[in-house]
Amino acid sequence: MEIRRFLKNKVSFFGFLLVTLIIITAILSPLISPYDPLEQHMVKRFSKPSAEFFGGTDRYGRDIFSRTLWGTRISLVVGFSATAIGAILGTVLGLIAGYTKGHLSKGIMWLTDVFMSFPTMVLAIIVVVAFGPGNQNVVLAIGLAFTPRFIRLARASTLSVSEQVFIEASRATGQSSVGIIGKHVLPNIAGDIIVMSTLWIATAIRLEASLSFLGLGTQPPTPSWGNMIREGMLYFMRAPWLSLVPGAGIFFTVIGFNMLGDGMRDVLDPKLRGRLT
Amino acid sequence: MTMDNILLEVRNLKKYFPVHKGIFKRIAAHVKAVDDVDLYVKKGETLGLVGESGCGKTTTGRAILRLIEPTAGTIRFRSKKLATAGKAFEEVDIATASPPILKALRRDIQIIFQDPYSSLDPRMTVEAIVGEPLRVHGLAKGVEWKEKVQSLISAVGLNPEQANRYPHQFSGGQRQRIGIARALALDPELILADEPVSALDVSIQAQVLNLLQDLQEQFGLTYLFIAHDLSIIKYISDRVAVMYLGKIVELAETEALFLDPKHPYTEALMSAVPVPDPDYRLDQILLEGDVPSPLNPPSGCYFHPRCRYTKDICRNESPRYRDLGSEHFVSCHFADSLNLKPLRTGKS
Repeated sequence: MEIRRFLKNKVSFFGFLLVTLIIITAILSPLISPYDPLEQHMVKRFSKPSAEFFGGTDRYGRDIFSRTLWGTRISLVVGFSATAIGAILGTVLGLIAGYTKGHLSKGIMWLTDVFMSFPTMVLAIIVVVAFGPGNQNVVLAIGLAFTPRFIRLARASTLSVSEQVFIEASRATGQSSVGIIGKHVLPNIAGDIIVMSTLWIATAIRLEASLSFLGLGTQPPTPSWGNMIREGMLYFMRAPWLSLVPGAGIFFTVIGFNMLGDGMRDVLDPKLRGRLT
Repeated sequence: MTMDNILLEVRNLKKYFPVHKGIFKRIAAHVKAVDDVDLYVKKGETLGLVGESGCGKTTTGRAILRLIEPTAGTIRFRSKKLATAGKAFEEVDIATASPPILKALRRDIQIIFQDPYSSLDPRMTVEAIVGEPLRVHGLAKGVEWKEKVQSLISAVGLNPEQANRYPHQFSGGQRQRIGIARALALDPELILADEPVSALDVSIQAQVLNLLQDLQEQFGLTYLFIAHDLSIIKYISDRVAVMYLGKIVELAETEALFLDPKHPYTEALMSAVPVPDPDYRLDQILLEGDVPSPLNPPSGCYFHPRCRYTKDICRNESPRYRDLGSEHFVSCHFADSLNLKPLRTGKS
């Protein structure tokens, strides 16, 4: 039922297609990229896009198209794992903050408010500066920067589910608080969390690119969309493809996940049910 | 009250909700939702608890189950399941029971909720909902669990083949049956039915009421039945308690209460019951004013500002809740002298 409605929706279907394509690209990038992303063709530096090099070459003569395909991997891995960290941490803390009433709940929300007052980007930069650049720290940084947002969502959903009579019914059967949270609250807020995660994966990918652009993320020579755009920026007037090709990668990935997330929200949100075909 | 067949005895039950005020959240006042309720439920009977919205019926029920913490009072329950060897029952005070005892008591007292929609988890199958209590108490596993659940589903008149469906695939009446099956799962002694039919269509109400009566006979259940509809209360109850503003004003056997009411509030409530007779001349006793706020109840008898028999003593002195004999309890200064009208039944 829900899957059919999801696929019938043009936006979500297109998003789903795009995301699937991007995931396949990431998995198959060693097979489908025409060149090794690190291989230098010094004679052919700054080649324009052509049949030989789809995306042209950079200042070392590396194939931009191959590098962009390989960059998909880092973007997706960082996007997925950072969002997973934020979602898991945020959901656990949000469930506690929403289900319990007392000092712990107040403390969590107070900290959340403090962290929410920083823009995600600034928070991520602070973490990377504190732990040093590199992919692992970028994942951690983005994950931690996302956590307060997931706490907010998980808490709000938990509060509204906890008001439902079936929670009281479960308590009347003798179910423990942990059991109620695990069996009733979590399954009922999972939809919200999943939809929000999908939307935030796009943001995580954008943040990873931004951090790499600033030199805080993936370190050269490993190709990542962010550091490719940065390298290309120096030669933008001479060879715009250096930045435009990885830029297109970011564009399609972000738009793909956003469309997928929007579509899922429309399908999973009962308030909109029936109004969408 | 030294009768042996008493299952539940509630004494001086109070539930006050604090009202906070100001930036320091100091307690400014209390809403006395339940104020000194005394009642007992005999084994195998149905005690109806009736009253208008906001009089504290539901809060009383929730406090008896400790779903909300009572402010004061004792709730003595005679549990067979908790009895040690050689004893017929163990008397436990629910109000002060420790968490493990309370969990064990859940097997004795179950609840049926008013709203058949929000009382079932939409993400669980009927089987999982009905079988949850069995899982929580580790009473059955695997095939045995499945069979037990199937028999519960049949017992409430649903098709066991529909066990794997979700609540939204059922109608209101069917969903209420699912809720009843869940309450039956632990084989309880007492079931608190909190307005179990008021959210249903009239035609479905009768079916569910009859089901509840059949189950009572079949499983030897005792009901504490909360409702605001007098005709339902009259139909299902052996004894009836009338609540007003957090207090029980009258409690008697159904027949005695309806034919010989002793409290003016009971009389007024009964005069509001519609009579299915077009020729009947309505002489309803219209109560003046609204229910007073439980935040600031009237002095003396809580009912005096709306009572048509009010005298001076009513304004100053709170009437004692007393037994007029043959278990007819009432709290009115003039219960002996007033001649109140019974329930009208039309021409017949």
